[in-house]
Amino acid sequence: MAVASTVVYEYLRGKKKFPHVWCPGCGIGIIMGALLRAMADLEIKKGDVAMISGIGCTGRMPVYCDFHTLHTTHGRAIAFATGIKLSKPDLKVVAIVGDGDGLAIGGNHFIHAARRNIDITTILVNNKIYGMTGGQYSPTTPTGKFATTAPYGNLEHPFDAYLLAKGAGANFFARSSVYHATQLQVLIKKALLKKGFSVVEAMSNCHTLYGRLNKEGSAVQMINWFKDHAVNVNIAKKKTPEELEDKFITGVLWEDNRPEYSEQYEALIDRLGGRKKEEKPEAEVVKQ
Amino acid sequence: MSENNVRLFQGNEACSFGALAAGVNFFGGYPITPSTEIAEILARELPKRGGHFIQMEDEIGSIAAVIGASVAGAKAMTATSGPGFSLMQENLGYAFMIEAPCVVVNVQRGGPSTGLPTKVAQADTMQAKWGSHGDYNPIVLTASSVEDAYYKTIRAVNLSEKYRNPVILLLDEVLGHMREKIHIPEEDEIKIVNRLKPTVPPEWYQPFEITPTHISPMAGYGEGYRFHMTGLTHDPWGFPTAKSSEIKEKMDKLMLKISQNVDDISTYKEEFIEDSHIIVIAYGITARVAQQAVRIARHKRFKVGLFQPETLWPFPDKGLKKALENANLAIVAELNQGQMIREVQRLAPKKTKIVGAFRYDGELITPDEIVNKIKEAN
Repeated sequence: MAVASTVVYEYLRGKKKFPHVWCPGCGIGIIMGALLRAMADLEIKKGDVAMISGIGCTGRMPVYCDFHTLHTTHGRAIAFATGIKLSKPDLKVVAIVGDGDGLAIGGNHFIHAARRNIDITTILVNNKIYGMTGGQYSPTTPTGKFATTAPYGNLEHPFDAYLLAKGAGANFFARSSVYHATQLQVLIKKALLKKGFSVVEAMSNCHTLYGRLNKEGSAVQMINWFKDHAVNVNIAKKKTPEELEDKFITGVLWEDNRPEYSEQYEALIDRLGGRKKEEKPEAEVVKQ
Repeated sequence: MSENNVRLFQGNEACSFGALAAGVNFFGGYPITPSTEIAEILARELPKRGGHFIQMEDEIGSIAAVIGASVAGAKAMTATSGPGFSLMQENLGYAFMIEAPCVVVNVQRGGPSTGLPTKVAQADTMQAKWGSHGDYNPIVLTASSVEDAYYKTIRAVNLSEKYRNPVILLLDEVLGHMREKIHIPEEDEIKIVNRLKPTVPPEWYQPFEITPTHISPMAGYGEGYRFHMTGLTHDPWGFPTAKSSEIKEKMDKLMLKISQNVDDISTYKEEFIEDSHIIVIAYGITARVAQQAVRIARHKRFKVGLFQPETLWPFPDKGLKKALENANLAIVAELNQGQMIREVQRLAPKKTKIVGAFRYDGELITPDEIVNKIKEAN
């Protein structure tokens, strides 16, 4: 880790963008670090990456990363990313979404990008709450947990993003947490290499809001909770549902090899002979 | 012009082929009556030309994909109608904020809500100007014939590229579906405008650079320039700002790049204005009807002229002011309960009586209805 830690500077936008907006102890920085190290491991060039985010704490990540970065509207990162990937299929497209951003307001785009199986690597930062707006319950807030809009405990049932992604047709789903930074890095690397719609769910801590409202303690205590409650997918197979009740499963949970959308579309262009017609008439350049 | 280039086209077909002629190479859309033919035609034609079509999961996704493609470097467009246009408003505001060139075609139908999917209206006149939250300056074009739809689509794409601004093209159900003869020009007869690209070294590049024209060069993705864009109010580098001076600078930029160029953007047509003290004002399909009404009324010895805004926003203020200089009566014909008439009220001299000829029952206004208004009010 000590060696790897300097690698991230290569991918960051330099000192003038720091300090970042996240609370001290927030897990998003760990996730960003894991993503950048995964990029470094794969020797991906900065100019070949488009990073698109929505709104929320997670949505702020692209400010710090030295790629083509687009901070879009709430919930729509994956839809913007779809347009980018389809029109520039050579780019490595990464969508950064939160649990409210990606699964509530952006749930429809998540489902349909998975169904289309377009080659976007989605990092789903799941801290089980809306952080930026001050602690409202999200689609991943467990039943009974407290939020500012669930003052008597959450009556709703949370999403399992794994079942959602798998059911909708994604090619890859993995989960890890901010405690498991190295595993997270490895999983993101796998997701980046995987053709098709790939999702890495990174369980993160919001001690400022979720932790405080649910008496789960400081950042350290919450990150320790991830350590104590993570079960690797291979071990989980041998456990009973009762044994897994308050646990979360990590590792590669789902992998498939369905054809990828933008590759299919490029093949269609070739089949129709569209490639040769790409040259455009001489354009008048706008005078400034 | 050879006879081979003559077609019998629907307005929606003309719009689609106009888009292709203008160099549109990305379309993201969602099925909605009465605009669907545009998506169908471009789904068929774009891949044949190396372009990309995608049917998104809703109109919010459509405009998002269009903006994404535009930022990446494509000439991108979508087409929709009432409900879809409403759904697009938030992301359309985002496109104004990040100054992403793109074209949104709204084939207008009756509203509010689901309204009249297969019937005509011009009731999105104001929504096209004010639909998204915040201060921004849209360019809104209209068309009044099938051939006009072809050329106005080209103009919409060119203006969006020139001013790095979304352009809305307001068509309507009748124009979208009616068939007329159209001459398709040769490729070299069409003037195409491409967005200004940066020439500075990458480390100097500011995606929202302050320039005398308020238009900043725009790099595509993968072209050697890495940059940030956000819907948050931002500095010239594209990063969020809370500084009053930078906020004002950005807001001024959004307004001025359009308002300083009204003469280039805003066009109108006139007929029989010089000798007339009655002026009929109408746009789009209603202008076609008004043209006939003016002819009938002149035949009956009324001194009537026609003023037709081709660009709705920015509104052709100067042109209308001049047209109404000697007018005692202005008849505003539109397919709604009175939207464009507000602009006429704003611009007309005090002596001019302003009368609306509105129809909002899903049918076109007839020439006789306009003639009767002239007779009644004169």
